[in-house]
Amino acid sequence: MRSKILRLLESNSRLSSKEIAVMLGLPHDQVAQEISRMEQERIILGYSTLINWEKAGEEQVAALIDVKVTPQQDVGFDEVAARIYRYPEVKSVFLMSGGYDLSVLVQGNNLKEVADFVARKLATLEHVQSTVTHFILKRYKQDGILFDDQEADRRQVVQP
Amino acid sequence: MTVTGRFDPQKYISPVVKGLKPSGIRRFFELVANTQGVISLGVGEPDFVTPWHIRAACVESLEKGYTMYSSNYGTPELRRAIADYLEERFGLSYHPEKEILVTIGASEAVDLALRTILCQGDEALIPEPCYVSYQPVTQLCGGVPVMVPTSRTRDFTVSAAELEKYITPRTKALILCYPNNPTGAVLGREDMLALARLAEQYNLLVVADEIYAELRYDGPPVSFASLPGMQERTILISGFSKAFAMTGWRIGYVAAHPEFLAAMVKIHQYTILCAPIMSQMAALEALRNGRSDVARMVEQYDQRRRLVVSRLREMGLDCFEPRGAFYVFPSITATGLTSEEFASRLLQEERVAVVPGGAFGPSGEGFIRCSYAASLQELTEALNRMERFVARRMKYSKAVAHA
Repeated sequence: MRSKILRLLESNSRLSSKEIAVMLGLPHDQVAQEISRMEQERIILGYSTLINWEKAGEEQVAALIDVKVTPQQDVGFDEVAARIYRYPEVKSVFLMSGGYDLSVLVQGNNLKEVADFVARKLATLEHVQSTVTHFILKRYKQDGILFDDQEADRRQVVQP
Repeated sequence: MTVTGRFDPQKYISPVVKGLKPSGIRRFFELVANTQGVISLGVGEPDFVTPWHIRAACVESLEKGYTMYSSNYGTPELRRAIADYLEERFGLSYHPEKEILVTIGASEAVDLALRTILCQGDEALIPEPCYVSYQPVTQLCGGVPVMVPTSRTRDFTVSAAELEKYITPRTKALILCYPNNPTGAVLGREDMLALARLAEQYNLLVVADEIYAELRYDGPPVSFASLPGMQERTILISGFSKAFAMTGWRIGYVAAHPEFLAAMVKIHQYTILCAPIMSQMAALEALRNGRSDVARMVEQYDQRRRLVVSRLREMGLDCFEPRGAFYVFPSITATGLTSEEFASRLLQEERVAVVPGGAFGPSGEGFIRCSYAASLQELTEALNRMERFVARRMKYSKAVAHA
């Protein structure tokens, strides 16, 4: 039941617990309870909205930064990751396999802001060996959703 | 000097074609097309686009130069895949070379089947409300469509006892479409067995249009052909449109006794030649690697189905629970409107398109067909609009009743 609820919420976080209950054919109170439990257990971490900021008229600049790190004894990469993710400019941090260690998504109001953040805050951190900054030029798809949906509904309005 | 009259095209058109009634849906379509901002629940096709890997398989086949005719029957690989699928999914055993024909959608298969079996004056039993093509195609074949009403009291399933009343010495075939368009009704195993006994007793052929077979929400699908003794007297029709979201590809198939199939192939080879090979390539990919897509879509349809039924009932509309296809068929008599009035006023006042039940046969009057093959967002908005509309109508019809 949990995974079904989660899948519905993942695709549309605005669904009410009542709607979810109806859609899954489950009692409403049971679904509501399960959702709040999963919130408490931090299985459900938040309910966010995917926004096309460009269309909303707000220019946002984002960059993916490959960070190479010298791992530290005992704590490995976690300590450095924590030093990075505490900055509010940092939207996400992943530990990666392959040629570099941390992938950091940084967001700012303009190019300079992001570049400054990398030069002043990220690159200067202890144990950070190197950074490679890739600015995001265009978003095609994020979290399974297309930004410019070329597959929008083009069916005829009435069909047998 | 010859006197020639004004050229009159009508004089040249066959009386049979002239006599065909234009589809009730078509009439409604004109109205909808001229209204802006409509949310449509009037569509008989999936809202999903064909899964990408299936489209990619078609593109790849084009790149490789698959632009030629195939065998009249369809490519051997696809027929083999269809046979395997029918075996695995329905426990049916069809010979891929002698008993399966790939067609231009299930629609062509219906046409082939009826043209193959019906002679002038032969009667075909057609439970209604039903998909709009069976009656006119029967007429085009010179057959006589005998419409058998079904009703809400049996959740729009046809009973053997009811059917029997319509059997005459000229009755040759029974056309079954379950899961049903427009009602979403399915037949239980007991009902199916009773129909099978009837078919045997009166030596009827069964044309089973099972295009919606995969879209079932109460357990695994059952094919009429899989019932004891029924495979030889069933012409099984299906296709890829609904289950795999492949409507525009026009690709379907028919499975039948080798002698029926050989007869159908004759018509197919002279009129169609073969189904487009690029669609056949896509269909092959669908059967080989698309089964999980079907499961994913069916799960979503099922969730929407529950939501729509629940909302319609909350509005005060009587709505039986459909267990197949992607339609709900609520009664709108409580609003005091006919189904056509309901549909056109709903369209004008709230810009939601549904199809009046009467378009699918007289027993559909008093009902509307709503498709839930629409995104959850659209569906919710459409239901909100309908709720407003129904509330207004109910208030009005109550006031009239008390006046």
